[in-house]
Amino acid sequence: MNRYTQMFDRLSTCGEGAFGAFLMLGDPDPSTSLALLDAAVAGGADMIEVGIPFSDPIADGPVIQAAAVRALDMGVTPEVCFEILASFRARHPRIPVGLLTYANLVLARGRESFYRRCAAAGIDSVLVADVPAREAEPFAGSAIDHGVDPVLIAATNTPPETLRRVAALSRGYVYCVSRAGVTGTDRQMELDHGGLFSTLAEAGAPPAVLGFGISQPGHVRAGLEAGAAGVISGSAIVRRVAEAREPIEAVRDFVRTMKAATQKEVARDRVAV
Amino acid sequence: MLMSGRFGAYGGTYVPEILMPALTELEAAFVEAQKDESFQAELAALLAKYAGRPTPLTRCRNLGPAGVRLYLKREDLLHGGAHKTNQVLAQALLAKRMGKTRLIAETGAGQHGVATALAGALFGLQTKVYMGAHDVERQKLNVFRMRLMGAEVIPVESGGKTLKDAVNEALRDWTASFTDTHYLLGTVAGPHPFPIMVREFQRVIGKEARAQVIEEEGRLPDAVIACVGGGSNAMGIFADFIEDEGVRLIGVEAAGKGLDGSEHGATILRGRPGVLHGAETYVLQDEDGQISDSWSVSAGLDYPAVGPEHAFLKDSGRAEYVGATDQEALDAFALLARSEGIVCAFESAHALAHALKLAKAAAEGTVLVVNISGRGDKDMEQAQRLLEFGA
Repeated sequence: MNRYTQMFDRLSTCGEGAFGAFLMLGDPDPSTSLALLDAAVAGGADMIEVGIPFSDPIADGPVIQAAAVRALDMGVTPEVCFEILASFRARHPRIPVGLLTYANLVLARGRESFYRRCAAAGIDSVLVADVPAREAEPFAGSAIDHGVDPVLIAATNTPPETLRRVAALSRGYVYCVSRAGVTGTDRQMELDHGGLFSTLAEAGAPPAVLGFGISQPGHVRAGLEAGAAGVISGSAIVRRVAEAREPIEAVRDFVRTMKAATQKEVARDRVAV
Repeated sequence: MLMSGRFGAYGGTYVPEILMPALTELEAAFVEAQKDESFQAELAALLAKYAGRPTPLTRCRNLGPAGVRLYLKREDLLHGGAHKTNQVLAQALLAKRMGKTRLIAETGAGQHGVATALAGALFGLQTKVYMGAHDVERQKLNVFRMRLMGAEVIPVESGGKTLKDAVNEALRDWTASFTDTHYLLGTVAGPHPFPIMVREFQRVIGKEARAQVIEEEGRLPDAVIACVGGGSNAMGIFADFIEDEGVRLIGVEAAGKGLDGSEHGATILRGRPGVLHGAETYVLQDEDGQISDSWSVSAGLDYPAVGPEHAFLKDSGRAEYVGATDQEALDAFALLARSEGIVCAFESAHALAHALKLAKAAAEGTVLVVNISGRGDKDMEQAQRLLEFGA
């Protein structure tokens, strides 16, 4: 069974939401990057999201841009990223791993070759940030051919007919964005999801996972209460890689705090105390 | 969306999903405006009475070999100093129609930034211009002009600090601001509908030039030559000649310090297909797909992608693409000034440099039209240094 399906089944049995931790591969260097992925798992992340550093990441805010620059300066190539992930997969056979990347990195290698390499590295899903539903068919097709789940983005301003297309093309989960702008914590998540989750669910989409602007436990709880099956935190984690004195411990502890907020009963008990 | 947004395999809308409604809204507004006589009349009046159209087609008196008839399409005489004003006025009118209150733009040489700033002032739209920090440095005069007209200029410190990085930043701004903001993209690049829309708003250059050259010569020219960075002045002058099969269309890219090295902006000559800034097109990139930093003495040609329609015209063979080096452009720039009393932009000097090469080998009676896309005021400081005239 698909790792995402297993994860969502397991979490729904125990009444939890999924917490996804995003890290930039190769940041600040390949071996620390692998240790940071381990730290996210140790902190309790249910799913791991990773970026391949790209020179022109138009969907990313300053924190993730800076991480990409650090990795590129270390000479991190897509091949180095695949090797990091293959090592990670050997140590963690069950956790779902999703790749967030940009179209030019896929096309430069060739779509077929790219998705084949993803499958070989144990990657479960690929989201191409600058490929909207309108352009997604050939990408989704190649992904599925190689046993990789295509993940598309759905935003609160996405019209219903596009949401239905997103639902039809996505596997694994749908990456939902509930506010405008690029990745980052400058803007908090906004709670006006409109009909996003219900339209996706009605169209038979895989579970909705909310990202962009999630940097505090309160955001996690709010996202889950609004109807998301999980949340992803990116810039808040990557910032700790850049700024913390002990990045590995800082990432582990932050993930632990955020993960705790997905455990609804536990969270409520704590509030009651 | 209403149109395919493709030129053969090129073009498309490679943007985050969150921007798609903004592109859909813009496409609808553009299609409607093209059919709306009141919009067309208002634009025509602005182009004539504010911007100074039609621009002349000047036959060179002294430049080029005797027997070759070398014509210059004088976009340098347009208000704002370059062809950019044509399409900026049109897009600003569209922005008003869409109820937007704010303009954002990227700029390389600063010409598009200046044009956007003047439109912002004219239409009362708040204007923010992203400009690579390196370009801010080498185009100080244009930075001042923009600020004088009330625009805010934001130096972009990421990447190579040139046009590519300014586009990234403008796109990021737009993903957060599209509700009240129009992204006034400056060239025929970017996601659909920008490449088609900007071409249509620049088509006036070729429409005029075609009629003017026929009036002068009683026939079509043998070749039309324009510089290509993003490619808007070239698409503007090419568009009405595309059906004229006997007319060679030649795009001149920045060969910078030479096509054999990495310091150039020759995207079509040295790049390969990829995706940058929302479109599938030729891109300067490394083996892995990381975008390369381009180079040119002219900031306006210092861009590692190119409008997708140029990629299509290249593959279909309808247009030819060649390069001119920094040095060749500087030589042509100086020669034009001395022989005709015209100071053109460094960008346009690339087109002229190739035209002069062509003219040397051309048969008696050959008619060439070169698009002088902008004037050289902005380049004076750099020219002084590079041509060693002394300050």
